[in-house]
Amino acid sequence: MTAIVGLDRVTFAYGDTVAVSDVSLTVEAGDFLGLVGPNGSGKTTLLHLMLGLHEPDEGSVELFGRPVDEFDDGGRIGYVSQQATSRGGAMPVTVRECVTMGRFAHAGRGRLSDADRAAVADAIETVGIGDLADRLVTELSGGQKQRAYIARALASDADLLALDEPTVGVDAESRDAFYALLDDLNDDGITIILIEHDIGVVTDRANRIACVNTELYHHGDTESFVESDALSEAYGATGQVVHHHH
Amino acid sequence: MSETATPDGEGDAGTNADARPDRGLRRNVELAGVGLTAAVAVGMLGFLLLYWAQDLPVASELYAAFRALGLGMDAAFGTNVFRHPIMWQSMAVGVLVGVVAPLVGSFLVHREMALIGETLAHTAFAGVAIGILVNASTGWDSSLLLVALGVAIAGALAVQWLTERTDAYGDVPIAIMLSGSFAVGTLIVSYGRGLTAINIEGYLFGNLAVVTAEGARLMGALSLLVVAGVALTYKQLLFITFDEQAARVAQLNVTGYNTLLVVMTAVVVVGAMQVLGVILVAAMLVVPVAAASQVARSFRETTYLGVIFGQLSVVGGFAVSIGLGLPSGGSIVVVAIAVYLASIAFSGFSVKAISAHG
Repeated sequence: MTAIVGLDRVTFAYGDTVAVSDVSLTVEAGDFLGLVGPNGSGKTTLLHLMLGLHEPDEGSVELFGRPVDEFDDGGRIGYVSQQATSRGGAMPVTVRECVTMGRFAHAGRGRLSDADRAAVADAIETVGIGDLADRLVTELSGGQKQRAYIARALASDADLLALDEPTVGVDAESRDAFYALLDDLNDDGITIILIEHDIGVVTDRANRIACVNTELYHHGDTESFVESDALSEAYGATGQVVHHHH
Repeated sequence: MSETATPDGEGDAGTNADARPDRGLRRNVELAGVGLTAAVAVGMLGFLLLYWAQDLPVASELYAAFRALGLGMDAAFGTNVFRHPIMWQSMAVGVLVGVVAPLVGSFLVHREMALIGETLAHTAFAGVAIGILVNASTGWDSSLLLVALGVAIAGALAVQWLTERTDAYGDVPIAIMLSGSFAVGTLIVSYGRGLTAINIEGYLFGNLAVVTAEGARLMGALSLLVVAGVALTYKQLLFITFDEQAARVAQLNVTGYNTLLVVMTAVVVVGAMQVLGVILVAAMLVVPVAAASQVARSFRETTYLGVIFGQLSVVGGFAVSIGLGLPSGGSIVVVAIAVYLASIAFSGFSVKAISAHG
């Protein structure tokens, strides 16, 4: 098995506030990792550390077997940030323009080739928004926006999808369809790391769970997570757990 | 252009058949506008080149032809403007500003960095003040604009350094820098008063008469650099503007492109300062782009429309300025805002039209 992401005793603090403390975990190729924990537990920070958006204060991070600061093959990662999906900015960008950004890591400084355009068209079809390709991203519903961002990740031929609470503000029906799409992509061999506040969704879909609250409370397969009491430990007495029953 | 349609089509011809011809017309009108603007800009660059080289054998004949054209235009419009080369060089600077300011502004506005243009203009003002003082006290004849350019680029790098160390584009350090550099500029101007007869108001409010032959040539060269810079890095600038974190994950050199963007802004601001003045310069970075964003159907269209609206504002502003004898800076900005209001009205109507069709 190849490790896609490897964290070794990683600690990170914003000033004096420790956000991530002594976390070690690996994500293997083909994994669907659910990253759960209460609000402010350092989930997003941990994901940023994995992607090299933050440098750890202690410990080391490897991406695709290379130290994260030497990693340079940006096309292998598709990232959908919280900020990307919640931004209400009025920047007029079409779905096609947004998805085309996924090819920029491949095209470098050069012009986009016909192969690049074909990859963009394919990605837009794969997520089922072909009829929206010339619409502005700002005009889409939450669920359609998510698909556009996923298409951007697919267009880059990413082997790793990193999603930070992708269904905030998305209606229940679109959300189910969206997670079904993620399942399909995972079946095709794409590794997925998903931050999600809805524990039920994660335990239904993910084959691995990392439960964090600054420290790592559980990392392993989903069954052992459900049976363990990592969740209540991580959330503590005051924490509120969102359950989503099927 | 290449991205108009996918080769294999989208399949649902039924819903798009009505929209397509209209979209094609719109696109052709835009391309014609961009083409016309480019032709005017190239013509103005040509004039600057001829004006510079007028004593050389071939150029002198072409230059004479240009002067004859100017006289003809004066005769046709009943004006006393186009026969003067000094007016042409001011108009050349205006036209070039109308191209490059909205081009850079497209990214600035959507990065919510609009205030940065204003800040760099005030930094450039301090540069002009420093240049005046140095010239007056040493007897050198260094170019004020070159000094302003140097100071503005230093200011741009300082802004970039500040914002890398605060979260996002925090407006407090920017505001401090804006008023701080202007304060330094006013102190230097007061200190140097009496040493020099240079008209500082021209730099504050913009004046066609402030434009020197050297300033116009500098603007010509800088415009070519900025257009080339945006053309070469359009993809990267678009990505970091739309989704900076994802651009970082895709291993783009986000800090490098941010720095390029603020330096290009400084360059545009120093050029535009000649006709718009320090206080009004940010308007050309922001207003045409804001107008374009109201009606544009894609980001590429925003840049096209921004340049077209920018050019309309400059030409209209010059017409008002020359016709009524008013300062160029205020005239251009007022026309730009009129274009902005018109685009809001237009987008309001078109939203209604779309919803009426369901």
